[in-house]
Amino acid sequence: MAKGKVTINEVICKGCGLCVSVCPKKVLDLSTTKINAAGYNPAEMVSDDCIACTSCAKMCPDCAITVEKLD
Amino acid sequence: MAVVFEKTKALTDVKLHYCPGCAHGIVHRLVAECLEEMDEVKNAIACVPVGCAVFANNYFNFDAIQCAHGRAPATATGIKRVHPDKMVLTYQGDGDLASIGTCEIVHAAARGEKVTTIFINNGIYGMTGGQMAPTTLPGMKATTAKAGRDPKINGNPLRVSEMLATLTGPAYIERVSVSTPAQVTQAKKAIKKALEIQKQGLGFTFVEVVSTCPTNWGLTPVKAMEFVRDKMIPYYPLGVFKDITAEEGK
Repeated sequence: MAKGKVTINEVICKGCGLCVSVCPKKVLDLSTTKINAAGYNPAEMVSDDCIACTSCAKMCPDCAITVEKLD
Repeated sequence: MAVVFEKTKALTDVKLHYCPGCAHGIVHRLVAECLEEMDEVKNAIACVPVGCAVFANNYFNFDAIQCAHGRAPATATGIKRVHPDKMVLTYQGDGDLASIGTCEIVHAAARGEKVTTIFINNGIYGMTGGQMAPTTLPGMKATTAKAGRDPKINGNPLRVSEMLATLTGPAYIERVSVSTPAQVTQAKKAIKKALEIQKQGLGFTFVEVVSTCPTNWGLTPVKAMEFVRDKMIPYYPLGVFKDITAEEGK
């Protein structure tokens, strides 16, 4: 059961992968199917194990991540 | 459902022009978050440098001025003396602060100007294409040091925080990094403390951020963060170099 939800602004994400590298639950990965207008593969959630720790959002250089805690 | 992290209102919605994984974006956000939490966004004036961060005024949702190369501390001095109640900060890279602007930063610190300087140290000239900076590590490659920096020819890198900490004027000097979420949290604490000391009018405050340049280092953003931890931090140790508020408490 997911405790958190990560929303990624795919328009401004530059696919740098810093969020992917710091996620303790390996919830994120760079998309292999999507590509944005700037040519980057944005990050996306690949599992439901998010604990809303906000590590990904703290490392995101482009403020592309919003984290919600689920009740 | 509660939002636990979202973009601060102290940044505009303009898309950052920085390369993927550039830590400038992280530090921009930390500065903006600190000002928002202190309720000083409408009261802040940023002096932005020449370098990659030259368009930082487009991203900060508060007043900013683009300064002549390296002269942000001089501009900030003027602004702060005319408007002592404003929060005045300079945001400078290592080419700007540690090279052409060494004179300005040293004398602003020595005078104890009541401004805050955020110094981004990534050991290279980013905007102009990866030339050697005064902070480039020995052995580190740059377009003007193809075989790596040789201290016998190119001299040794400057440790600006340690250098300024020998002066009487500064009130607070800390070196932080942003290569892990824990370091980002510590960096935010340092920036907030610097701004609070400025608000109290105690003196010059300086926060050096050991940062990355994935593009000119030729590394992926994740590998660049590892380079910071493995190579940069051993030469540029993190920590507080001067804090007059701690000394008063002793």
